[in-house]
Amino acid sequence: MSQTTFTKNYDVIVVGAGHAGCEAALAAARMGCSTLLFTINLDAIAQMSCNPAIGGLAKGNLVREIDALGGEMAKITDRTGIQFRTLNQSKGPAVHGTRAQADKLLYRAAMKESLEKQQGLDVQQAMVEKILVEDTIIKGIETNIGVQYFSSAVILTTGTFLKGLIHIGLSHYPAGRAGEFPSIGLSDSLRDLGFEIKRLKTGTPARLNGRSIDFSKMKPQYGDNPAPFFSFTEKEHPLPQLPCYLSYTTPVTHEMIRNNLDRSPLYSGVIKGIGPRYCPSIEDKVMRFPERERHQVFLEPEGIQTEEFYANGMPTSLPFDVQIKMYRSVPGLEDVEIMRPAYAIEYDFAPPTQITHELETKKISGLYFAGQINGTSGYEEAAAQGLMAGINAALKIQQRPPLVLLRNEAYIGVLIDDLTTRGTNEPYRMFTSRAEYRLLLREDNADLRLREKGRMIGLVSEDLYKEFLDKKKSIEAEINRLKSTWIKQNQTVNSVLLRKNSTELSQETSLDQLLKRPEIEYKDIEEISPPATLLQNDAPKQVEIQLKYEGYIQRQLDHVARFAGLEQKKIPRDFDYDSITGLGTEVRQKLKQVQPISLGQASRISGVTPAAISLILVSLEKRKRSKNQTQNNSGENTQ
Amino acid sequence: MLEQDTICAISTPPGEGGIGIIRISGPKAVPITSKVFKPRNVQPLDRAKTYTLQYGHIVDPKSGEVCDEAIIGIMRSPTSYTREDVVEINCHSGMISLRRILETVIAAGARLAEPGEFTQRAFVNGRIDLAQAEAVLDIITAKTELSHKAALKQLQGGLSTEIASLQDELITLLASVEAGIDFPDEDIETASGTSLADTVACMITEIDKMLSGFAFGQILRNGYATAIVGRPNVGKSSLLNTLLKRDRAIVSEIPGTTRDVLEEYVNSAGIPLRIIDTAGIRHANDTIEQEGVRRSLAALASADLALIVLDGSETMTAEDRRVLEEAKEKNFLIVLNKNDLPRKKFDLDPTWTVVPVSCKNGHGLDDLTNAIADKIFQNTAMHQEQGWMINVRHKTALEQTREHLQHAEASIAAKLSPEFYAADLRSALDNLGLITGATCTEDILKRIFSTFCIGK
Repeated sequence: MSQTTFTKNYDVIVVGAGHAGCEAALAAARMGCSTLLFTINLDAIAQMSCNPAIGGLAKGNLVREIDALGGEMAKITDRTGIQFRTLNQSKGPAVHGTRAQADKLLYRAAMKESLEKQQGLDVQQAMVEKILVEDTIIKGIETNIGVQYFSSAVILTTGTFLKGLIHIGLSHYPAGRAGEFPSIGLSDSLRDLGFEIKRLKTGTPARLNGRSIDFSKMKPQYGDNPAPFFSFTEKEHPLPQLPCYLSYTTPVTHEMIRNNLDRSPLYSGVIKGIGPRYCPSIEDKVMRFPERERHQVFLEPEGIQTEEFYANGMPTSLPFDVQIKMYRSVPGLEDVEIMRPAYAIEYDFAPPTQITHELETKKISGLYFAGQINGTSGYEEAAAQGLMAGINAALKIQQRPPLVLLRNEAYIGVLIDDLTTRGTNEPYRMFTSRAEYRLLLREDNADLRLREKGRMIGLVSEDLYKEFLDKKKSIEAEINRLKSTWIKQNQTVNSVLLRKNSTELSQETSLDQLLKRPEIEYKDIEEISPPATLLQNDAPKQVEIQLKYEGYIQRQLDHVARFAGLEQKKIPRDFDYDSITGLGTEVRQKLKQVQPISLGQASRISGVTPAAISLILVSLEKRKRSKNQTQNNSGENTQ
Repeated sequence: MLEQDTICAISTPPGEGGIGIIRISGPKAVPITSKVFKPRNVQPLDRAKTYTLQYGHIVDPKSGEVCDEAIIGIMRSPTSYTREDVVEINCHSGMISLRRILETVIAAGARLAEPGEFTQRAFVNGRIDLAQAEAVLDIITAKTELSHKAALKQLQGGLSTEIASLQDELITLLASVEAGIDFPDEDIETASGTSLADTVACMITEIDKMLSGFAFGQILRNGYATAIVGRPNVGKSSLLNTLLKRDRAIVSEIPGTTRDVLEEYVNSAGIPLRIIDTAGIRHANDTIEQEGVRRSLAALASADLALIVLDGSETMTAEDRRVLEEAKEKNFLIVLNKNDLPRKKFDLDPTWTVVPVSCKNGHGLDDLTNAIADKIFQNTAMHQEQGWMINVRHKTALEQTREHLQHAEASIAAKLSPEFYAADLRSALDNLGLITGATCTEDILKRIFSTFCIGK
């Protein structure tokens, strides 16, 4: 094949315009890097391959963090969402999760618009087949029509496209996702470069025609009113709001599944990749929990201008004829017409212990992986990684220090630390239980945690930053005021306390102590003793949360402080684990593979004991001293 | 490690030396010591200068009990062995008392040091030179291996099974709570309310049982403190000699021969008894004997078991009654001595355990041994075959597990949102993991997905 060279060189090339790729490209371009984004299909930018929803428990936190750092996902979701809900509202603020149904078509259009209008960002439709490398340093990429593009960094965000293989019953065919080409050459190119490549599996249910659904037999589920926002800056949800509908599978459904298992690629052993445990196919659920008489089916609208409904809860890889009968056994779906069949897809991923906390591959300098190529699942997990890869690629090019978020700073930090430390055997999804500092990493304080960093790297504008600083200051000032203002009982106080069924004041009490009573809210305090200027927007909520949960928050902060030393003790990349006697072979191998950046990360590798950490610590100190000694000696020689 | 915590350990070799030292190192070394040390002078410890000695007493802050008198050496950062604040508690007591002081220091907030940890801190903080680095590495490797072997040995049998099953229950419970948090839209039933509170309460009871086993472990190591008390000349010292099967105490017909407290170890049916023979309790006139009586009463107060000796050949005296009065709050049994002589009628409470013996011809000694064993096991709620030992580390870990479970219990009772008691349960699990090996999030997720049908 004849090769040509593209006329323009870039700082950053991003391969794949899904949720990871879009964030990566926007971040790099906004930070001043000339950036090129490739997609196999320009009409499928920011496609939601699976359900038409963004957010949920822990995932909502990721979206808020993306927004605080200056990413795009939250804004687009707010603009194109057709239902917004806060999950777990009966529980504490640390486990609230915002979730939205998005209009798929409009979401794609809005993201495409953001990309096209972005200064310094080019978008091209092409299929990338090869990674160009010279001496373990990235040079660029080559497309399937032989055009070479050169750049300082390449970010691969290839989703399920690497050797994607779709299964419907015992039929299977190569595809990146339903209706799209897979990427075959790129996967081989990675193998040739020495990357370990493994296989995962995921699946998606059928899309059904709403015209053929009897919604009267189902329970509608509406969004919250007023609808919550993902973005700290969006002020309105422009689209009309739609409900979802809940129905259940029946014994007939289950019978049908059991009778056709021999035609399931999952149960006949055709599929080799590992699927996610938290998102099993309906056949998996029926077989693993035979005592269950029914399973939930949520019908989610795919958009305003379409009749397509997503049958959440019933992903399957059973053959098409079984699918039709199976869906029709659900009340309300008796006459349903399938528009797109359900399918399972197997794809290649690169086990993520091969990348650093900056998402750069350890093998090739300047090559970054983000999203499903790292074994994750979910739009939010992908977007978070894309953003961080884009940021770190830009920072490296600009010779600035990398941005690595700690586990106590962000879910993004937990996500990347988990991936790089432990790898993954199944598509990795974020859960709040993965965050040991869950009480600190709340949706409500994502800006307080990360805005500063977003500003520092240059993704948050001066206006937004000023707005944030004002909010932060007003919160701090109000907390100080509540802690230092003491009140005695008087008529206003008594009437508020009486109304709230709260006990009378027996002695002088500070306002913060009063607010800590479970039945008292900030607005009561405001009534008893208003601040000079009333707090704006969500600042009152923040004051309330920070004070009400002060004790628990402090306990986690103490824990963070206790282990800060371990996190701060860095291990150099070239540290020789073979030089330490006393480490077990297995532990040594894991340490060499993961190459932890700090003693803290090392301690999280499974099998690494406190004694092993002690050994590494002492060896690090030993190494430091011999280096100093050598330096001193050579210094003496030159004198 | 780089945890910003304070460590402690007994730094004198095991055995009955004349002096024992407990070393404490870390940022809180002085404040922690302050909690357990009552200085003779009024100057508070935190104002003491570096390299000075303070005289006073070690007091258990919980009970207010004096453990020992001590001299405290303070070496402030950076001019100390570890370059951290270091406190050394010098006391003139044997291992038993040293261990107790160590436990008091741990309860006040210090952590039991890992093998070689003082040396390691010294090295990492730049105190000792490069040539010693290898030695440090060797210490860590060797000592860790040794202590692991020892710990494993101790864990064999009943305890490891019990702790493993507790850990398993805790994972199941946490998985249920976490599933309720992370999957609110799923059609699943997760632990909440009273069933949750009951499960936690059961776990606390289980840990209490294990901890009483720890008390028994202590008994095996230190001996069960058994005081022989009674009025003069009922044969207390003869009983000691009989139990020892040798003449340790001077016995005579003269009442008040034993004027001080004698301590001896004896193996009674596999149970090590630390037997304390005391001076007879009576109204004494001479000052030496008065002091003896005072010490007898003190020994009685600190004993785990009292053997009240009565002379079966004589009628009860007022002095006998006084002894009974002093001892009746304790775990005790009555030894009716001089069974070889004609016996007088005694008016004793029928619920008391009374064992007739004759120190002279050895009659009734087997009965006494059995009665002592019964008393001990009854009090520690333990069966003999479960006679395992747990070391201080295990005990601390178990106690902290219990503490976190109690936190969880309180949070559940206060109807707090589950993420708060989930945090407590997680801390409990982490502490249990110090004994059995750590649990990771993956273990909890695995349990969630195998127990609950998740997948909306």
